[in-house]
Amino acid sequence: MSAVIPAPQLPAPAPARSPGVWRAAWQRLRHDRVGMACLMIVGAFAVLILIATLGLIAADWQREVGLPYAPPAFVGPDRDEAQQAIAAPKGPPVDLSDVDPLAPRYAEWRERAARFQTAETVKSPTLPFGGDRLGRDVLAKAIKGAQISIFVGVFAALLATLIGTVLGALGGYVGGKVGDFLEWVYNVFTSIPDILLIFAFAAVFGRGIETVILILGLAGWTGMYRQVRAEYIKHRTREYVRAAEAIGVSHRARMFVHILPNVSHVILVRLSLLVVGFIKAEVILSFLGLGVPVDQVSWGTMLAEANVELVLGKWWQLAAATAFMATFVTAFSLLTDALRDALDPKLR
Amino acid sequence: MVPTLAGVILLVFFLFKYFGGDPAEILGGLLATPEQIESIREQLGLNRPVWQQLWIFVQQIATFDWGRSWATSEAVSHIFATRLPATLTVMIPILVLEIALAIPLALGVAYVRGTLTDRGIMVLTTVALSISFLVYIIVGQWLFGFYLGWFPVQGWSDSFLVNLSRYAVLPIVLAVLVGLAPQTRLYRSFFLDEIGHDYVRTARAKGLSEQRIMLKHVLRNAMIPILTNVAVVLPGVFIGSFLIEVFFSIPGLGREVLLAVNRSDYPVIQAVTVYLAALTMVINLLADVLYKVVDPRVVLK
Repeated sequence: MSAVIPAPQLPAPAPARSPGVWRAAWQRLRHDRVGMACLMIVGAFAVLILIATLGLIAADWQREVGLPYAPPAFVGPDRDEAQQAIAAPKGPPVDLSDVDPLAPRYAEWRERAARFQTAETVKSPTLPFGGDRLGRDVLAKAIKGAQISIFVGVFAALLATLIGTVLGALGGYVGGKVGDFLEWVYNVFTSIPDILLIFAFAAVFGRGIETVILILGLAGWTGMYRQVRAEYIKHRTREYVRAAEAIGVSHRARMFVHILPNVSHVILVRLSLLVVGFIKAEVILSFLGLGVPVDQVSWGTMLAEANVELVLGKWWQLAAATAFMATFVTAFSLLTDALRDALDPKLR
Repeated sequence: MVPTLAGVILLVFFLFKYFGGDPAEILGGLLATPEQIESIREQLGLNRPVWQQLWIFVQQIATFDWGRSWATSEAVSHIFATRLPATLTVMIPILVLEIALAIPLALGVAYVRGTLTDRGIMVLTTVALSISFLVYIIVGQWLFGFYLGWFPVQGWSDSFLVNLSRYAVLPIVLAVLVGLAPQTRLYRSFFLDEIGHDYVRTARAKGLSEQRIMLKHVLRNAMIPILTNVAVVLPGVFIGSFLIEVFFSIPGLGREVLLAVNRSDYPVIQAVTVYLAALTMVINLLADVLYKVVDPRVVLK
């Protein structure tokens, strides 16, 4: 700011390009066997979700394809006869038509009923991974649930990242009065326990998938803000930023074109941590009835049904939801660790 | 502290004022006539200017008089007074046990850092962490309460001792088991941070035994991050684990807040939010003072 350096930038002879941050990180990640395995699992889930979103699989998860609580195929059909209808009484039916007040209308009703076609659906006694109370395929539900739960987790994390990054960049880069104000907002949000903040937002905004994303995003941006702000304070006075200032780059461009790419690895790691946290939060919110609406399925609503089913000995829905969630979250957490190691080799 | 508290009050006030539903319509119910709605608005002061309403809100906070719950007509202060003991009966043992078990466990894991045991425990905790808390409660309640019948599935009584010895045991055990994994991971990282420091090398050079280094030097220095962490989780003790309270039918504050959210019972939610925020700040302040006790180098501003 003090002196304008008139040195014109001579085009330097291009040196052999050293690998960029991302390429170098990718190289490191490729040598991390656990990280690559997890990347594959997460990738498989991504493909699964993509197919489910396109409606190729699990689109008809609401169809009642099996008997209620149909057991998984590998267990075999229920031999329990208790749930069959009461046996028909023996002997000829008693003619009640002279006392039955509805008798004159039976013919009319039979005629009307004949106008509709009824198809007898064959309900399968077993399903690949069992059925729920209505005979819906648990496997299809788990896949659809994965779609919704991960969708909510990812978008809520993106929203929190957006809020946290923009505010953090402002707070760290601009500082001064704006920084103080943002610090105050941060303090206000962090002084309310997370779960209460989520409840307060839930009480106000109502229900629905978009609402869950909004609630989690609004309640969860503070960690991101803190970290991005610290990074911006660090980078604000670095030479490349001063150089950009010297050639007349605007504040906004310096914040988001110059500094942002240099802190993006921090944001990425924090983002994936948020995804894991929000998926878990969504499961709990849905379980409590504050999450996805009843005509949708998520891992949380599956667990809510599983609670009652377990007492009846129907364990498969619980097992399916837990297995899906545990696999994805474990893989994603380990991938996050690998990502952090790959992006920030100094941390090791 | 004061500006932050003011911020919390403003946030809660405007959140419910401009984003929440109309209190008069919630209170009046579906069959209310326009006159009834109007009279409720008059009664709650909703027809006055915003700043006067804010002033009423501040007065309520300062005098601890939140009126009555919209859903049950129970005085809000009475809700606090009757629900808090149950929550504390469950939460304080959980917190104490968790810390008391996690510190030696983490110290042990940090002691054998890098070995197969250490790595095994870390993988185990990662997997354990990825399963939802819900699953542990569902399965635990089913297994110990229903299938094995060791504990009552749920329930609560009026006697503190009966509660603690009979009804609270299963929730406490489950919560501690679940909470142990993340706490151990966290404390292990604190200990590992300290082990990397120069003073540990010096102590080794001096010929101190490894036990002495761990117990006397590393433990004491790691107390600061541990204290910070305890201060972070401490406010949660008062709100309670609402999941546990819902599952085990414990008449605590967490369950009450959840009910209030489902019933759009604004006064209860607002009161809990504001007071817990204030409590959090007080706890943070106490933690700062405690740092000074633990580490004489810390200078309070």
